[in-house]
Amino acid sequence: MELLIFYPLAGLCVIFALGVVFNKNPIGSAMSLIAMMLGLAGIFVLQQAHFIAILQIIIYAGAIMVLFMFVIMLLNLKGDDAVWKKREKNTLLTVLTGLLIAGVLYKVLEITSAGEFDSPAHVLETFGTVREVGTILFTEFVLPFEVASILLLVAMIGAVVLAKSKVD
Amino acid sequence: MDISFDAIPLAHYLLLSATLFVIGVMGVLMRRNAIVVFMSIEIMLNAVNISLISFDRYLNQHDGQIFSFMVMCVAAAEVSVGLAIIIALFRNKPTVNLDEFNIMKS
Repeated sequence: MELLIFYPLAGLCVIFALGVVFNKNPIGSAMSLIAMMLGLAGIFVLQQAHFIAILQIIIYAGAIMVLFMFVIMLLNLKGDDAVWKKREKNTLLTVLTGLLIAGVLYKVLEITSAGEFDSPAHVLETFGTVREVGTILFTEFVLPFEVASILLLVAMIGAVVLAKSKVD
Repeated sequence: MDISFDAIPLAHYLLLSATLFVIGVMGVLMRRNAIVVFMSIEIMLNAVNISLISFDRYLNQHDGQIFSFMVMCVAAAEVSVGLAIIIALFRNKPTVNLDEFNIMKS
């Protein structure tokens, strides 16, 4: 049953991720990225992480992608990237990255096929709800939470300063 | 109520995560449009989130969900600052092709 939901969602995610990379038009890439985010939200729901799934839709598919759209339309980039080509210079780098990731993946598969990870743990019905995650966020992880707010404040100020002044 | 319909091994989710991460790396290495490179970075961040949340579910913990929440915060900060940098660069030189930007070199 879980497989029947998982495979279409995973396939959609991979197809749209490829669409982001191979689309010649930046607007098309952004649309593919939104579709991929929605597919990922479905996968998070499948993992009982309802709160994160909602955040995924609100923050990523909503806020971040709107920002991307704004910038793409502001810069009017239509057709700017029409003649993109593979970079020959990066071929060695690409192969090395692929080998590295394949090695990591092999190790991970070795560890996770140990049996402990064959089926999910028995979780309560409240697993991943806003109440559950919020309780942990405001008790055990309250310091990282506050630090994240400072990070967002600094990013906001940085964005305003960067977009306002001219680079000489 | 326990969720007891026949579940799938964790390896499936990790493979999806790895696939999406590799697609993101591919985008960063192959594309020269700065905005598409940023989107590829977003794909990589999301791929990591899948791993975190899957391990959470299979180990019955919440730490991974908190961590993916933090990843979203960092992604939002990174995108706002990054796009501001792109706009500042675009004012300087009307292109977003990364190969054109070597002003730090000379």
